[in-house]
Amino acid sequence: MKEQDRLYLILFVVPILVFFAAFFLLPMARLVAIGASGPGGAATYVASLTAPRHLRALGSSLVLSVVVTIVTLVGAGVAGVFLQRHGFPGRSVLVAMLTFPLAFPGVVVGFMVIMLAGRQGLIGEVWARATGNRLVFAYSMAGLFTGYLYFSIPRVILTIMASAEKLDGSLEEAARSLGAGPWAVLRDVLIPGLRPALVSAGAICFATSMGAFGTAFTLATEIEVLPMTIYTEFTLRANIAVAAALSIILGVITWAGLAVARTAAGSTVAAAA
Amino acid sequence: MTDRGVAIRLVACAKTFADGTRAVEPIDLEIHAGETVAVLGPSGCGKTTTLRLIAGLESPDAGGRVLFGGADVTGIPIERRNVGMVFQTYALFPNMTVAENVAYGLTVRRLDSASLRERVEEMLAMMQIGELRHRRIDQLSGGQKQRVALARALAIRPRALLLDEPLTALDAKLREGLRVEIDALLRRLGMTTVYVTHDQAEAMALGDRIVVMSHGRVAQIGRPRDIYFAPANRFVADFVGTMNSLRGVIRDGTIEVKGGRIPWRRGGSGEIEVLFRPESVTLVEPGNGPLTGRVLSSFFLGDRTRVAVEGIGSTPLIVETGAAREFQPGDNVHLSVDPEALLVLDR
Amino acid sequence: MPRRSLAFRLQLGFTLLVSAFLVVPVCMSITAGLTANYMQGVKSGLTLRWVEEVWRLYRETIFLSLAIAGSCLAANLILGVPAAYALARRPGRLTRLIEEALVLPVAIPGLATALALILTYGVYRPFRTSWTFILAGHVLFTLPFMVRSVVAVLTSIDLRTLEESARSLGASFAQRFAGVVLPNCRGGVLAGSLMVVTLSIGEFNMTWMLHTPLTRTLPVGLADSYASMRLEIGSAYTIVFFFMIIPLLVAMQLLARPRRQAGARRTVESAP
Repeated sequence: MKEQDRLYLILFVVPILVFFAAFFLLPMARLVAIGASGPGGAATYVASLTAPRHLRALGSSLVLSVVVTIVTLVGAGVAGVFLQRHGFPGRSVLVAMLTFPLAFPGVVVGFMVIMLAGRQGLIGEVWARATGNRLVFAYSMAGLFTGYLYFSIPRVILTIMASAEKLDGSLEEAARSLGAGPWAVLRDVLIPGLRPALVSAGAICFATSMGAFGTAFTLATEIEVLPMTIYTEFTLRANIAVAAALSIILGVITWAGLAVARTAAGSTVAAAA
Repeated sequence: MTDRGVAIRLVACAKTFADGTRAVEPIDLEIHAGETVAVLGPSGCGKTTTLRLIAGLESPDAGGRVLFGGADVTGIPIERRNVGMVFQTYALFPNMTVAENVAYGLTVRRLDSASLRERVEEMLAMMQIGELRHRRIDQLSGGQKQRVALARALAIRPRALLLDEPLTALDAKLREGLRVEIDALLRRLGMTTVYVTHDQAEAMALGDRIVVMSHGRVAQIGRPRDIYFAPANRFVADFVGTMNSLRGVIRDGTIEVKGGRIPWRRGGSGEIEVLFRPESVTLVEPGNGPLTGRVLSSFFLGDRTRVAVEGIGSTPLIVETGAAREFQPGDNVHLSVDPEALLVLDR
Repeated sequence: MPRRSLAFRLQLGFTLLVSAFLVVPVCMSITAGLTANYMQGVKSGLTLRWVEEVWRLYRETIFLSLAIAGSCLAANLILGVPAAYALARRPGRLTRLIEEALVLPVAIPGLATALALILTYGVYRPFRTSWTFILAGHVLFTLPFMVRSVVAVLTSIDLRTLEESARSLGASFAQRFAGVVLPNCRGGVLAGSLMVVTLSIGEFNMTWMLHTPLTRTLPVGLADSYASMRLEIGSAYTIVFFFMIIPLLVAMQLLARPRRQAGARRTVESAP
């Protein structure tokens, strides 16, 4: 390659690197430093994590994310495989409807949950007609769970559908020819075949749920998940060091989750967290 | 333990797919117990669909019936038909070892572990793959995968063995070797076998009878010899082996063609087209042969030579000879055709 | 076979249930934004009153979001496209490292990135209170999408051979870049642009931390309206949001279907 060309390439890359260094690398380094600046220095990281309130928040986040991941994998798995295998009139419309919510920011997802389960929500209405009691769960853990489910399903469905498309149909036929019923085929052929996609989608789902802020902000008035804790520590309590430390920890967790997803999928994957 | 397997019958089985393509026109087929039937034809002729109808992976259109040993199995799905199927791509389960693959049909039938292990060992020994039992599928060669697929299909003691182009994915040398092995295996098992292939040499070698298919229809059913020496129609004649054709006019006990005459004692008059195989033509000394032509090209195949001869009829004739003589393009040659070997077909 | 079709119907029913879960609240909010009284439903009549209210209250958020999205796109084109070319031209370990690094702002929560920005640049009041502060965050978040989109297109064509043939015909670097490279990555730039704009319009997690009362974007306004306004106004505001992103999403789908570009993402995901 010509020397002059090399110069041009460097020239092309410099602006973005400068921008990135100035507005990401430097600030992140500062964040790490500030996280270690509380009383106790670097031990602040450990301390901030072991404070009971924060531990609870981390625990809530983890439990919520894991449960959402499992439920989503099962639900979106069934729906995704079904949609990929059966063509029927209106299928593409259905798929479009299922993937449209991907572009919703967390606040809108929260609003959707309020529509369903808020004080004037649909589910509350129906429940009231049926039992006389109004069911409002938008602002509880159940509401948060619903919200997380709402933004997880479209993500996972797409990955599952893409993977199901690449499955080798003759494997299932071979299993059937040997006498395997539908459950055996599911257990021995389908799920093993989808495993990389399931792991990848599951990891993305987990990482996204851990890092979700907008949804929790709109819904969680009483429950604390880690992103909300970070927010309140910074804005309401001005515990800057703690907020910094916790956000680094959260960042590491979500980054690790996505790294797992990448290796499972074998390609570069980035999901908005 | 040899089980002769079941007799299979297809009655008026047709198959139309959801998008409207008619893969198979209504066919009737009878396969005797213990027989190996080769279903032969070019791609798209419906042979694989026919196999899948027998297997139970497809259902025939209304009115079609599939019978195993006289019993109607049309409504029974493949899971309960107890057939052993070998797929073109082998379809081995990548998440299981060789032994687990072979055992799968027995695992699904909940065989007790002692009997299961015994049967798996028996199958591995029969296919001579005992040392592969703990290997993963992606570590196997094509030939090895083939054997595992066969072992897996046979482990369940199927009523019939159904093979969908099992050798197509292998290279030529391996194919030949395995063909011999499969032939020996099928003979030893004596099981009803349906073998789909587009390779006519394979079909001729392995089939007790051959079903030649074209465009969803059966073109001919018969023993390999009958298919080869007495093709029922033009398609079969062209598809199986090479066929020469000559057009001429019958006159005075001969057919007059461009390049000479052929003796003709079967009567009739007017224009006629006769077909004959390359090995039915002999190269003779000048003066002894009623046909004269020029060598266009020659192919030395080791044990025999094929010579393309022009000047006789409108298209070059393919002549086969065992002579060690070398042929140069442009050489004059004289041919004699065996009159008994001449075929006349309507279409 | 009866058993098969029962399984089919159960799965279909389940899938429809899942779709309903996702779609029904969207429809509800659209209706709510257009009816006079949500409690009474459609019976109370359709009206644009709430949309007008939204315009009156939150007009500047819509403009600001559009302005930021546009600037974000411009920044992406200036910073991202040339970089994508450089990265595609020289695949290697350094390139992969740079791509991995660029993805970091997407892999970690926007909250963390915003926090880092505030703690580092918050002291510079003019910058802190300007919309460019938000812009910086948006550019960080959207760059990897543009870069990846363009890199994918450039690597799927044989860039090196094209450029070599241009060179053999005497083209200079500038001529090559303008005449060979740019036209060939048009599809990637277009897809990336749509993604960038959609993501910028919908960005909340970072923007909430970075905004000030004078620099409010549409999602920030949405959060405000959900919390403090009546349901009809929040719904109408959401309709405005849908209105802005649906054409972008449709355009992305249309773009992706006829020409399947290697590795190009066909969907955009907002941070929840």
